[in-house]
Amino acid sequence: MIRMFAIVERELRKFFRSPALMLTAMVFPLIQLVVLGNAFGGKITEARVGVVDYDQGPQALRVHEAFDSVAANIRTFRTVRYESDKAAQEAVRAGRLDGAVIIPPQFSRRVYAGENPSLGLLVDNSDQFLSGSLETEMQSLTDALNQPAVPQRVLNSIALEIVELYPYIEYMKYLLPGSITLAMFVSVMIGGGMLYIDDKARGVHEGFLVTPITRVELVGGLVTAGALKAVLAGVVLTVLGSLIAGLDVLFHPLALVQLALMIIATSFAFNAMMFMMMVRVEDPLVPRAMFGILNTLLYFPSGAIYPIAAFPGWLRALAQVDPFTYAVHGFKSVLLKDAGFAAMAPDLLYLFAIGTIALVAATKLFKRTL
Amino acid sequence: MSGEPGSIRIENIVKRFGTFEAVKGISLEVKPGETFGLLGPNGAGKSTLIRMMTTLIPITSGKAWIDGHDVDAEPDAVRRCMGVIPQALTSDINLTVQENLSIYAKLYSVPRAERRRSIDELLEAVDLTKWRDAETKTLSGGMRRRLEIARGLVHNPRIFFLDEPTTGLDPVSRVAVWEMLNALKSRRQLTILLTTHYMDEADRLCDRIAIVDHGNLVALDTPANLKQSVPGNNVIEVQFQDPPGDWEPRLAALPEVTGVQGEGSGMFRVLTGNGSRTTTELVGLAVREGIAIRTLSVQNTTLDDVFVHYTGRQLRDEQVKAAAYVMPPRPGMQP
Repeated sequence: MIRMFAIVERELRKFFRSPALMLTAMVFPLIQLVVLGNAFGGKITEARVGVVDYDQGPQALRVHEAFDSVAANIRTFRTVRYESDKAAQEAVRAGRLDGAVIIPPQFSRRVYAGENPSLGLLVDNSDQFLSGSLETEMQSLTDALNQPAVPQRVLNSIALEIVELYPYIEYMKYLLPGSITLAMFVSVMIGGGMLYIDDKARGVHEGFLVTPITRVELVGGLVTAGALKAVLAGVVLTVLGSLIAGLDVLFHPLALVQLALMIIATSFAFNAMMFMMMVRVEDPLVPRAMFGILNTLLYFPSGAIYPIAAFPGWLRALAQVDPFTYAVHGFKSVLLKDAGFAAMAPDLLYLFAIGTIALVAATKLFKRTL
Repeated sequence: MSGEPGSIRIENIVKRFGTFEAVKGISLEVKPGETFGLLGPNGAGKSTLIRMMTTLIPITSGKAWIDGHDVDAEPDAVRRCMGVIPQALTSDINLTVQENLSIYAKLYSVPRAERRRSIDELLEAVDLTKWRDAETKTLSGGMRRRLEIARGLVHNPRIFFLDEPTTGLDPVSRVAVWEMLNALKSRRQLTILLTTHYMDEADRLCDRIAIVDHGNLVALDTPANLKQSVPGNNVIEVQFQDPPGDWEPRLAALPEVTGVQGEGSGMFRVLTGNGSRTTTELVGLAVREGIAIRTLSVQNTTLDDVFVHYTGRQLRDEQVKAAAYVMPPRPGMQP
């Protein structure tokens, strides 16, 4: 272990003596997010909407038919049946659903009796793009339902009542989970990618290889050191970002614990993944060339700046395996939704799992000789 | 049969990269306490040889034992008993002298108390005690090389490998490194294997020298014996103004001449058993033929001549190449 910690010590001492690199890792994501975050917009498709039908009457059937028609044509959303509004609300909170429609009891009777019938729409307004699109779509759908077969002189309109789970979330807050994740990624890219290959090219690793350090100790030391640097970047961005965006999450001890878990899991996953990619690279230009590609390939499909529901199928598939997606979702759960540990547990699990797989692969790929 | 403790022994060692054979079955033994020099032009295979001995690249065939340990079967035991200084300066420029040494001591699992004692002693030996807390980037090239030598010895190895330890250093720093190596060797009873391009370095430091060329061992002996093995006792370096095409055989026909090497631009190296007689005859020939002599010097045979004799190449060409080598810029380095 002393040998592994010697590698960690070396890396961290170097890191703290190069403050310019630390600054780059933290400032760059903020600048990029603010600029790019304002440049996107698009049509939502395939959002997941839960339907809770307490009515089960003929008018409820009309609503279902209207939903099916949307799913088959414009494909803004597809519906999933839920038994209770409580379950649907939890599913929205945990990110399994993007919204939920509640058809209240007596809905059909009220329609026939003309007693102000209404449908409930529960939206996840921590995602402004998605909730906005759902609201618009539901409104036009409700308007269509209100149209009688034979136009009446006096209309008995059905009102749509929208329930927002959270207070209004400004765009900056929406961006924060992505900027924290990006800061950690940049730190990993510089510390785990560029500096690692530079050291290799300078012959520093040749010096390590003639010592009795084992393959596991060397890889473990480099990944641990990289993860610690990324944790630092994540902590600084979380604190600064939350203060700038006006989030009070820093004053909730439980949320801080959850954030710490997310930062550790993300740093570990990113570092192990980066090391796996770089373990056989010799040319110092390669990590520099890969920086832009990886940034685009991992960051943009993650839902950090635009909802995954707006992506075409192949990009959604990429988002499904992208660790960035899980990091962003986990940070959102804590920072914006206060959704509890259960909502971020799958994210933590995925990040630790992908990190462990990458670490094992990196160790296997690492050559103990030149 | 394995080598004895403190020794380096290689037997018919071969390294192939695809179809290219970089080392073609070299055998040699370095005795405990000996300083052994590996000489050879660039691409001769000496770095490959040293990398195989130090566990850095796998051996294609043949055997190597360091301090009695089989390099192939017990690489960790080999790594524990040897110190290795690569040609490039690889100390961390952002760390202090003390930190560089301490991290390497930890990589060798040197216990804390011994670590402190060993670092103190080595800093004293390489004359860097007062620079202990200085960042390595503030040191001169010679000081950095001394730091690397200390780093290679921080775990008290019995065997020390140095790959061109003075390349790129000024003459004063080179002499300082030689003295330091000699002092460390006698104090720690080290077995040293070094590669070098400098003949004076090999002559001054090495008990025995092996000349490697095209992956083969072409000569192995003490510096004195190697010099004696070259025909002729003196070398006349002479440059003529516009010599005729058949000038080289005419020089070779002069009395006592054992060999002539033309080096271009009218320059010739004439090996002779009798420097004064050949010089007189050579000058006479030039006057008779009306060819002006631009420069002329007579020297005793040196290891340079040994090198030329065995490899057919001038070692100075290799020195020029080595001196022209510029370290790649380091990340974060101040211009």
